Amino acid sequence: MSYSWPILSTVTFLPLLGALLILLLRGNDESAFRNARYIALWTTLLTFALSLIIWRDFDPTTAQFQFVELRPWLGPISFHMGVDGISMPFVLLTTFLMPLCILASWTAIETRVKEYMIAFLVLETLMIGVFTSLDLVLFYLFFEGGLIPMFLIIGIWGGARRVYASFKFFLYTLAGSLLMLLAIMAIYWQAGTTDIPTLLTYDFPAHMQTWLWFAFLASFAVKLPMWPVHTWLPDAHVEAPTAGSVILAGILLKMGGYGFLRFSIPMFPLASAEFAPLIFALSVVAIIYTSLVALAQEDMKKLIAYSSVAHMGFVTIGVFTLTMQGLQGGIFQMLSHGIVSAALFLCVGVIYDRMHTREIAAFGGLVARMPLYAFCFMVFTLANVGLPGTSGFVGEFLALTGAFRVNTWVAFLATTGIILSAAYALWLYRRVIFGVLEKPGLRLIKDLTWREAVVMTPLVLLTILFGFYPAPLLDASSASVEALIRNYEASLAAAEQARFALLP
Amino acid sequence: MYQAILFLPLIGAIFAGFFGRLVGGRSAEVLTTTLVLITALLSWLAFYQVAIGGQETRIELIPWIESGDLKSVWSLRIDTLTAVMLVVVTSVSGLVHLYSIGYMEEDPDRPRFFAYLSLFTFAMLALVTADDFLQLFFGWEGVGLASYLLIGFWYKKPAANAAAIKAFIVNRVGDFGFALGIFAIFAVFNSIQYDTVFASAPDQVGKTMAFLGFQVDVLTLICLLLFMGAMGKSAQFLLHTWLPDAMEGPTPVSALIHAATMVTAGVFMVARLSPLFELAPIALAVVAVVGATTAFFAATVGLVQNDIKRVVAYSTCSQLGYMFAAEGVGAYGAGMFHLFTHASFKALLFLGAGAVIHALHHEQDMRRMGGLRKVLPFTWAVMLIGTLSLTGFPFTAGFVSKDAIIEATYAAHSPVGTYAFVLTLIAAVLTSFYSWRLMFLTFEGKPREPKEVLEHAHEPPWTMGLPLTLLAIGALVLGVLFANLFIGDGATDFWRGSLVTREGAHHDVPLWVVLSPTIAMGAGFVVAWYFYITNPLVPFGLSKRFNGLYKFLLNAWYFDALYDALFVRPAKRLGHFLWKTGDGAVIDGIGPDGVAARVIDITNRVVKLQSGYIYHYAFAMLIGVALLITYFIFAFGGIKP
Repeated sequence: MSYSWPILSTVTFLPLLGALLILLLRGNDESAFRNARYIALWTTLLTFALSLIIWRDFDPTTAQFQFVELRPWLGPISFHMGVDGISMPFVLLTTFLMPLCILASWTAIETRVKEYMIAFLVLETLMIGVFTSLDLVLFYLFFEGGLIPMFLIIGIWGGARRVYASFKFFLYTLAGSLLMLLAIMAIYWQAGTTDIPTLLTYDFPAHMQTWLWFAFLASFAVKLPMWPVHTWLPDAHVEAPTAGSVILAGILLKMGGYGFLRFSIPMFPLASAEFAPLIFALSVVAIIYTSLVALAQEDMKKLIAYSSVAHMGFVTIGVFTLTMQGLQGGIFQMLSHGIVSAALFLCVGVIYDRMHTREIAAFGGLVARMPLYAFCFMVFTLANVGLPGTSGFVGEFLALTGAFRVNTWVAFLATTGIILSAAYALWLYRRVIFGVLEKPGLRLIKDLTWREAVVMTPLVLLTILFGFYPAPLLDASSASVEALIRNYEASLAAAEQARFALLP
Repeated sequence: MYQAILFLPLIGAIFAGFFGRLVGGRSAEVLTTTLVLITALLSWLAFYQVAIGGQETRIELIPWIESGDLKSVWSLRIDTLTAVMLVVVTSVSGLVHLYSIGYMEEDPDRPRFFAYLSLFTFAMLALVTADDFLQLFFGWEGVGLASYLLIGFWYKKPAANAAAIKAFIVNRVGDFGFALGIFAIFAVFNSIQYDTVFASAPDQVGKTMAFLGFQVDVLTLICLLLFMGAMGKSAQFLLHTWLPDAMEGPTPVSALIHAATMVTAGVFMVARLSPLFELAPIALAVVAVVGATTAFFAATVGLVQNDIKRVVAYSTCSQLGYMFAAEGVGAYGAGMFHLFTHASFKALLFLGAGAVIHALHHEQDMRRMGGLRKVLPFTWAVMLIGTLSLTGFPFTAGFVSKDAIIEATYAAHSPVGTYAFVLTLIAAVLTSFYSWRLMFLTFEGKPREPKEVLEHAHEPPWTMGLPLTLLAIGALVLGVLFANLFIGDGATDFWRGSLVTREGAHHDVPLWVVLSPTIAMGAGFVVAWYFYITNPLVPFGLSKRFNGLYKFLLNAWYFDALYDALFVRPAKRLGHFLWKTGDGAVIDGIGPDGVAARVIDITNRVVKLQSGYIYHYAFAMLIGVALLITYFIFAFGGIKP
């Protein structure tokens, strides 16, 4: 599908335009703040509406990149954009969550509102860019650039230990991204281009694949995060404002998984095959380890953060099974987790705004005064547990189905996650929502406001809809995933043949 | 029509759940009850059309999960087995809805209660109408959710919350096996649709596959993994611990979910998958052994319980063991028949116990009951019928089906069959004893309840009385009426392949075997009469003399304590250890915090950048970009390899 206008660039850079508008606002009073909020809201809504057009006109029967834009830019680096079945859903996820984030920050953010909204809009552009860019350097700029606004969001509007959290974030990501930068240089040196579609068909020599694969892994593993480089996530979540957590859990984590799908597997298939067991091992440890750690948490956000790490373990397992079910499961799990964990952080935000604490022990018996809230929280808790009929189930099930075909030990150990997730999620729910409402501070707590209800409703609906009817997401990615598997297997077969050819 | 059967309860649940507070408790309960009763009528019609008339159908609704070869479609599979379950589920559910109108009349949260009940009914119907393993799993987890919500219905009680979570998690342990079973099925058969799997199952006989490094028989592995799910849901030995605790929920819930329907899902599953289990004799033997062991184990624990509902709960556990024992020796029809009759008499016993509890203002301890026969004659009468049926008084429903099971185990003529025969027979004695103990402690002897409670004790209203009456009739006549269809000469024509009916299953068994269940019942009755009517001091003396054994039974063989020490507390401790030591000391200590400490040292010494660490980052980023661009400029300049 081609348009007379570049729709991907429009979707990507529209938020930037909104940010510019806010920048032009004068004054630092309540009316300026209100204008900033409305501009941010309308910009993100418009972006979302435009991205829906992409979804409508997306052709799910082909694995080719669609809506492609190609312009010369910096010498060998071209401005190349396009989406396929793997990246398109993530663009939508981003544009979908953004308006909800703006709404969730409506009254929670009272200081430096203009700057906050600008940071979010810039962040949106950078995040969409990650999923739409088809040039390695362009990708790298978006990928790493996204951290700056996120940093500001945590560092300025964050909680008490925000300095420590951002430091941790900084160290981890810097180490990862520098290695990726080196790898990108090496790729250019080797292949003579940074154009992703060209690179997807390029055969890297086997020894080079290994270290390039590890260099990319360093960056993606931190982003995802994988065990043992996950410890920045709980701290970052705890300190970030609600909307920051939503974006962090909903989208930023998915960039790691997306990176595996876009780069590691298609460009370095031999290394991916060779080191898949390593990924499996790390993922299984992540699932069991972080689930157990989640059981011990006393802070709501930390608990959900640890559960995110466990859920990302299912993603990496699924992706590296390189089976249809595993890959589609991994992708679905990322999208579902994008909705569910975002919603869970919003749920924490709702009561944090009222009580200004995230400590589990400070709550109890909320269902008596907040039935609507209890219902929403229940839906998301169940999705987190992976109950069939919620979106959380589909991804987990498919990923594990794929895993069983490849390695029964992995499937066996990872499936214990369904027991542990039930334990920590229901235990959290019980302590916060059930019981007698006896804490004095909670006596007058109010149920969801209409604005909060507006934020929750689409999330609840999608969680249940995709639980019963996941076809829209599965269909969108199937052609691209099939192509991915085909190319992967062809490369392995070719390598095998080459090996035999060398034998006397 | 079948769509209506499935979705009417869901509509009721949604309405009562979301608009219940708006329209008030009365409308919510009337609407949900009416819808479920309509469903029950339709189900009997379906039973007539399908089981008697032979009009099996499959209806596809919408696709669910499709990924590569994995295809699952929301669908309704209506055959005899489904029809039997439809009738059981909707009938009991309808009666329990009606009963709850009376039982829950003082509860302010009635709309929520009825919403949950209807939601449960929907999930259970989805379970029994499933046409592939995935939808079965959906229903399986759905009823688990409803059970969780209903056990924890009185959310202010800590015990109810704990029991709800326990039920969910113990079931998840079973589902762990179930899920692995589904993965294995897909890995082996490349399909998860029943008929496809059943059709190619014979090709897999004798084949092995690698599982966790072992070469194991394919079908045995699959059946055992799936059976693990059944053990969880049906509270079988080792995974039974949640069922007694589940009695924290309102009594109608216990009748519907923890007696008549949900807990029998495991039995249904084994019957549904009988074409697979038939090909896996080892797995089948495991089913029989687990079933027989549970029948015996739960009956011993039931002997000494004081809470009226816990006695009935252990009894349920034990009776489910009977059903599995029957299926384990290949008598799937007998297992399903006991499921069918058990639904009526066990629901009756629970609802009867509920009537007692209701009359005594939520008193559940039998030590504070007694002498109620004169005060509550109607309740006594229906409980008596339930007890007769449960203990196997000749020609009641329970008698017919339990006899069939005990005979089938004997006729199996295998070591496993003999094991099951002996244990189920002993369990029959114990069943009779604890059932009559319950009757005598509750209804006979001197009243032990406070005076004002006794004065206010009253017979139940009609909404509770009517279900009790209907179930009592069922507990009497269902056995004789349906024996021929389920297990008699008409069985093969009745089931029509929806479960495996073994040819020539009618062995002639000696007369003493035929009579043994009745003798067992008589023995239990006599002992109970001696202990609790003639000589009430004897049991007290025994409990003192054999205090160790008494404690052992009272604490249900100490399984809760064992699991707590083995799994629950270590998991919590391990979690805490991994968090503080693993994440905190090791990973952070060596990783970021260690590096951070060095970085701070260095930055303090070398440069004093402004204040925020953001600048460090931006700086590094700039350097990175600069490096890259420099590199490209050079590269562009022709230094290309």
